[in-house]
Amino acid sequence: MTEETIQRILSRYPDRRSALLPLMHLCQEEAGYLTEEAMRELAARLDLPPTQVAEVAMFYDMFRLKPGGRYEIWVCHNLSCALLGAERVIRRLEEALGASAGETTADGLFTIKRVECLAACGLAPAIQVGPDYYGPVSHGDVETLVARLREQLAGSDQRAASCDRL
Amino acid sequence: MSEKILTKRFEISGYRGTLEEYEASGGYQAIAKALKEHTPASLIEMVKRSGLRGRGGAGFPTGVKWGFIPKDPELPKYLVCNADESEPGTFKDRELIMRDPHQLIEGILLASFAIGCRTAYIYIRGEFIAGACILEQAIRDAAARGLVGKDILGSSFSLDLHVHRGAGAYICGEETALLESLEGKRGLPRLKPPFPATSGLYRKPTVVNNVETLSNLSHIVLRGAEWFSSIGNPKSTGTRVFSVSGHVRRPGIYECPINVSMRELIFEHADGMRDGRRLKAVIPGGSSVPVLTEQHLDTRMDFESLATAGSMAGSGGVIVMDETTCMVRVGEVVSRFYHHESCGQCTQCREGTAWLHKTLRRIEEGRGRQADLDLLLDICDNMKGKTICPLSDAAAMPIESYLKYFRDEFEQHIVNRACPFQSDYSVPSVIAS
Ligand SMILES: Cc1cc2nc3c(=O)[nH]c(=O)nc-3n(C[C@H](O)[C@H](O)[C@H](O)COP(=O)(O)O)c2cc1C
Ligand code: SF4
Ligand code: FES
Repeated sequence: MTEETIQRILSRYPDRRSALLPLMHLCQEEAGYLTEEAMRELAARLDLPPTQVAEVAMFYDMFRLKPGGRYEIWVCHNLSCALLGAERVIRRLEEALGASAGETTADGLFTIKRVECLAACGLAPAIQVGPDYYGPVSHGDVETLVARLREQLAGSDQRAASCDRL
Repeated sequence: MSEKILTKRFEISGYRGTLEEYEASGGYQAIAKALKEHTPASLIEMVKRSGLRGRGGAGFPTGVKWGFIPKDPELPKYLVCNADESEPGTFKDRELIMRDPHQLIEGILLASFAIGCRTAYIYIRGEFIAGACILEQAIRDAAARGLVGKDILGSSFSLDLHVHRGAGAYICGEETALLESLEGKRGLPRLKPPFPATSGLYRKPTVVNNVETLSNLSHIVLRGAEWFSSIGNPKSTGTRVFSVSGHVRRPGIYECPINVSMRELIFEHADGMRDGRRLKAVIPGGSSVPVLTEQHLDTRMDFESLATAGSMAGSGGVIVMDETTCMVRVGEVVSRFYHHESCGQCTQCREGTAWLHKTLRRIEEGRGRQADLDLLLDICDNMKGKTICPLSDAAAMPIESYLKYFRDEFEQHIVNRACPFQSDYSVPSVIAS
């Protein structure tokens, strides 16, 4: 994270504390999770007690406090997806990857995460990886989907993509 | 087929929502017109006359909300666009952002001009990575053309506009939690009053409006308040972009006059039920609202009609369920969600959502007791009307409604000590072949 990026984000708000979430997102994109060091630095930078930064990090589902897979596979288990077989999709996904929801695959590539409604219910059962949505995902398609994800992502060095100006 | 307004451009072949395409189809003419022909006061008046009501959930009249903002030009004011879209069953804001971001930006310009604000934020849920990128790009493009920033279109009106990403918390859709989150804090709803109109972002007067609400504004300015209010009925005007999901043949978003009938929406627009099955239940406004059944199919989808039928229009997220659906399981999924999302500030909500989920899970798994049904109603009763924000009510009312219409099914689970439904629904494979 360059000083210029930090300044650009700070300049958007009259109160520097508002930069906390955007900066946390950036730290997480860089390291894969929010390291203790990153949180300490953020606290110092924004003049906040470190406990408040930790509190915020724990409140939001997207922030990770420990390392996980290089990519998170978000599988929605909320109502519209559940009505169309989300649980079966999750079971197949767990089998295909050899890891349970919440866990990371042995090769360190994927973490499966159960998530709430992704606002993609028209694609139910829906899965999101980085910026991309997949659906409707039939349980029968899970293995093909995993193979495709491996192909698409294995080579690339990019973390769950975001755009440069965020 | 009725006229589309917000999604009309979606039908232009190859339309991707770039600045050039938006302008070529009449875009940014409304802000030009407003800057020439309107004062903030006359614009607020126009939006009041249009009858536009908020599309985020509560249906509050938009012009009236703007009217609460103090007129003092020295006082900083904020407009915050609510793009948190996390009410289960709702996916229209994502489409409005992805497919026509400039329509939203023009709406934000108009609202900001009306309330006298110089800095606006789009609070977008953290998971909308692509949506945030598209908005960032659209804002940069608009700024390069003098449509965002200083002295817009040569007028004295200036607006800075920023995208702010959330980080995964349903409660941040609630407007005061959203403001806390935008201030860099946990998303804990604030006690109201004071309302955001007097003490909002950074304790300054603030308007929070939903993506779809704002996306209506350019059309109202160009075509007039009377045109807008001629669509729908006197109390609910304009169209609504309904999100239809669940057991229908064609899930998706459908823009219809706001008072379209539930039957037309489900059986014509969404093409009816999958596999020729029978409709059992419909949640008409996102998972927070009470369920309706086949007997309500002729109900209209406007705010008053749905309230009269015992439910709410909410976010316009219509979740359709067929006869294979287990309503106890639905309750279990819905209560799990509210339990997960309760911010924990109010005891009734924190404890109530936990108990609801635990009890519903027990019944679904065949471990329920006869007394559990009254217990559920007791818990719900305790959760309502006594909390800082409406999430507690939103968690309780649906469960009461499932018990009201489907009590037999709950009893069957208890008597049989098992769920009578086959629980493994699935969609047909699309890739495998
Ligand atoms: C628990 C809860 C969640 C909400 N989630 C959203 C949301 O995701 N998007 C939204 O626009 N409004 C949401 N709302 C409604 C907002 O509080 C607010 O009323 C709305 O954004 C106002 O905009 P409008 O007047 O244009 O509808 C939610 C309300 C509650 C109580
Ligand atoms: S009702 Fe629930 S979500 Fe709302 S403030 Fe209270 S505890 Fe938090
Ligand atoms: S319920 Fe799964 S995306 Fe909405």
